[in-house]
Amino acid sequence: MKCERFVVNAAGRRVPTIVNGKEMIPFQGIGKYKPGGRKYAPPIPSCLDYPSNGDKTLDSLEEALKRCGLKNGMSISTHHHLRDGDLISNLIFDIAHANGIKDLTWVPSASFPCNEPLIRYLEDGTIHHIEGSMNGALGKFTSYGGMKGCAVLRSHGGRVQAIQDGEVKIDIAVIAAPSADCFGNATGAQGPSACGVLGYSLVDMMYADKVIVVTDNLVPFPCMPFQIQGNYVDYVVVVDKIGIPEKIISGTTQLTKSPDRLLLAQWTAQFCAEAGLLRNGIGIQTGAGGTSLSVGLHFHEQLKNNGWKARFGFGGSTQYMVKMLEDGVMDYILDAQAFDLEAVRSVKDNKNHIDLSVYQSYNFHSKGNYTSLIDIVILGATELDTQFNGNVVTHSDGLLLHGIGGWQNCLHAKCTILPIPLFRDRIPVIVDQLTTLCGPGELIDVVVTERGIAINPLRKDLIEKMKNSSLPIVSMQDLKAQADAICGVPDKAAISDKDEDTVAVIKWVDGTVLDTVKRVLV
Amino acid sequence: MDEMKKFATAGNKGRGVRSDCFISIELCSQDGISVEMVSKVKALYGKQIEVEIKEMLNFFDIRHAKVAIEDSGAIPLVIAARMEACIKQLIQTEKEYLLPFLAANAYTTQRDTHRFTRLYLPGNTPSLAINAGIHKPNAIILDLEDAVAYDKKFEARFMVRNALRGIHFYGAEKMVRISQLPKGLDDLSYIIPHGVNLILVPKCECADQIMVLNQHIETLKNRHHITHDIWLMPIIESALGVMHAFDIAKAAPNVVAMAIGLEDYTADLGVKRTAEANESFFARSMLVNACKAVGIQAIDSVFSDVSDMEALKNNVLRSKALGFDGMGCIHPRQISVIHQHFAPDAEEIEKAKKIIHAYMMAQEKGLGVVSLGSKMIDAPVVKRAEKTIQLAVSMGKLSANWREEFED
Repeated sequence: MKCERFVVNAAGRRVPTIVNGKEMIPFQGIGKYKPGGRKYAPPIPSCLDYPSNGDKTLDSLEEALKRCGLKNGMSISTHHHLRDGDLISNLIFDIAHANGIKDLTWVPSASFPCNEPLIRYLEDGTIHHIEGSMNGALGKFTSYGGMKGCAVLRSHGGRVQAIQDGEVKIDIAVIAAPSADCFGNATGAQGPSACGVLGYSLVDMMYADKVIVVTDNLVPFPCMPFQIQGNYVDYVVVVDKIGIPEKIISGTTQLTKSPDRLLLAQWTAQFCAEAGLLRNGIGIQTGAGGTSLSVGLHFHEQLKNNGWKARFGFGGSTQYMVKMLEDGVMDYILDAQAFDLEAVRSVKDNKNHIDLSVYQSYNFHSKGNYTSLIDIVILGATELDTQFNGNVVTHSDGLLLHGIGGWQNCLHAKCTILPIPLFRDRIPVIVDQLTTLCGPGELIDVVVTERGIAINPLRKDLIEKMKNSSLPIVSMQDLKAQADAICGVPDKAAISDKDEDTVAVIKWVDGTVLDTVKRVLV
Repeated sequence: MDEMKKFATAGNKGRGVRSDCFISIELCSQDGISVEMVSKVKALYGKQIEVEIKEMLNFFDIRHAKVAIEDSGAIPLVIAARMEACIKQLIQTEKEYLLPFLAANAYTTQRDTHRFTRLYLPGNTPSLAINAGIHKPNAIILDLEDAVAYDKKFEARFMVRNALRGIHFYGAEKMVRISQLPKGLDDLSYIIPHGVNLILVPKCECADQIMVLNQHIETLKNRHHITHDIWLMPIIESALGVMHAFDIAKAAPNVVAMAIGLEDYTADLGVKRTAEANESFFARSMLVNACKAVGIQAIDSVFSDVSDMEALKNNVLRSKALGFDGMGCIHPRQISVIHQHFAPDAEEIEKAKKIIHAYMMAQEKGLGVVSLGSKMIDAPVVKRAEKTIQLAVSMGKLSANWREEFED
């Protein structure tokens, strides 16, 4: 049994309390669950076990994995800084497979289409299950029940929380680094495979039992300025290539050209201006999607026209955010991920473009985090219900196609705005029953569609501010009725509702289980 | 129509096609109805699509057929249009499969409705039509002429008919550009009974064409008990059309505007169309003069570089200076730029306010002569100022009660 002892949680969802043999706590409501105990700690190392000349380099990843004691049932973590150009994460499992290793848990910070070859290792049992995110083909494979274990999906912040709390023990962390020295100090800012920052891997560096840095650009000690600290690193492996540069970073992030999306962006910006959300000294996060980039462009213009400055912009960073920094309408970029070449350049050259660990920004089991300091965050969703609850991982046909990313974490911002088309090629966004619950509606404030803008009834302040607006402010029920009139009410997709057909669980930012993903039947 | 076929197709498929479907129907002599479906929305709408297809075949009394649909998220009225386009290649019938007329689309328009922007939508591309209204153009044009390939014109008529009936255009005037006459006459029965507000008449060259067109329109209006006006906007696209512009403008009382099409016009002259547009200065002036002589709106050609908003703005300002009252758009992005710059600017509004205020004061005091400062103001100046004020108020750039707050 992958999942056992189901209960109904505070969100009304039936969730397991045992997943892959481990106990889990059901979601108890926003802000209701507090952890106890102490953080997980890796074993105490000693300098005696490491070369006194500081040279930890090894010739091959295979040797490094073997020296780390690679064996059946271990958890291996990787990170998605190299995005779809990553050449290292698949290699780890090629090696494991060749050595007959079984039942590994893969803990990536995100997966990409380039990870599709791992399906064969999920099929043959080299990998037991994934704890992280499943996109595209991997997601589809999981949805049809192909994975041996049950997948565990977490937000970027949830991943940090789980590793810190010892909920997930990382046996071996493999950090692909665009530049490193022989001691293991490493950075993403330089080198032929430069990706900017390595923000997702710092937690693994701190908590994994063994840490391997893999680089294709070995520099003399010290690698400065470093993001990964060599004191945490066991081995440094030098390879020819860690990634395919043009797939690591898109040369330029693209603004949307769709007139409908441009309208969403314009209305979103106008909403922020009219509601008084946009003002001097704010913190914003706009993401890298086509629509949200356009929102950022409007923000840039409005800040400039008013003589205002954003105090900080939260990454992932793009050329457009870099322009805000360089144009003097933003003081700092706080960044865990660089999306394009301009962003990579800026991280390297601009002292106000700060590389940031997800540990600082998103971790809910921390002494505060940055997400609740953000004034405006722009997010997306695949589905919403009329109570503003949101889904980002599955589509209405039940297929698991996206990771949670920073979505759940960013819901804690002061104002969460979702500009989304009301329907996408006949598929409505607003549904009666979410396929998967990823975020409780009480944290989603505004939904901007091309046929009207809905404000969460809990946000009486925003409703009051917008009561004389020229923007079309409507209810979610009204939006749903409009979409249904155009598209027709969709039938229920053929998705199992049986406990034993649970293929994945969705974790909330505090480590509790918010919902499950069920097997797709046809 | 030629001899009836046994196999017919309609619609679009392939990369980049969205919100559309490609349907083929093969008539058979036995084995009933079979439906083969590939659809990106099959999990959610597969059953409903199959029901819709079977209902239509039943409506047209087709008992044995193989239907194949490749669907990229077509809404029901699109599927219905594609089905009917197939069926009408296969059987002779007078029947029409009409989905309910959307109540929100049951509006008529006025002679002097603003026509600053009219957004061209290729008549056979539903993905562009579904959201057209949300961009708030003054009008949308469902195009059956140049934007539809010749062999797609048949199926496009069903698409345009269903769009007029069922796509919410949010109050935009519903225009259709029919095919060039006389072929365009065959388009009329697909649009006149289905809520069209205005018909664009391409390549219009003489008043007789308008007369003939109106006869056909009247016949259809009587047949369908339509009493409201259906407006006409002839498009002048040739040297001959330019020379006959005045006659065309006054050809019938339902001609409410006249447009110029510069691509075809410059081709007719044998010259290149330039950004400066000196080659069409005469034609545009002729058109504006003909329109103003009859009291109808003069509408400029489209501006084809959809990425250059600055050039569009300059084009609008030039157009406005020549006396045009609007222009065509080929991309929703152009709408706000055109509205913004056809509307009176702040300086124009301020000046007009002063003139009207002085005029009202003179009226209230019973003075025959209106003066502003040391200047006398003639009646035409007042008239122009009145127009500016009306326009500013109707476009939301000025409060209707502006005089309450006006200070000299």
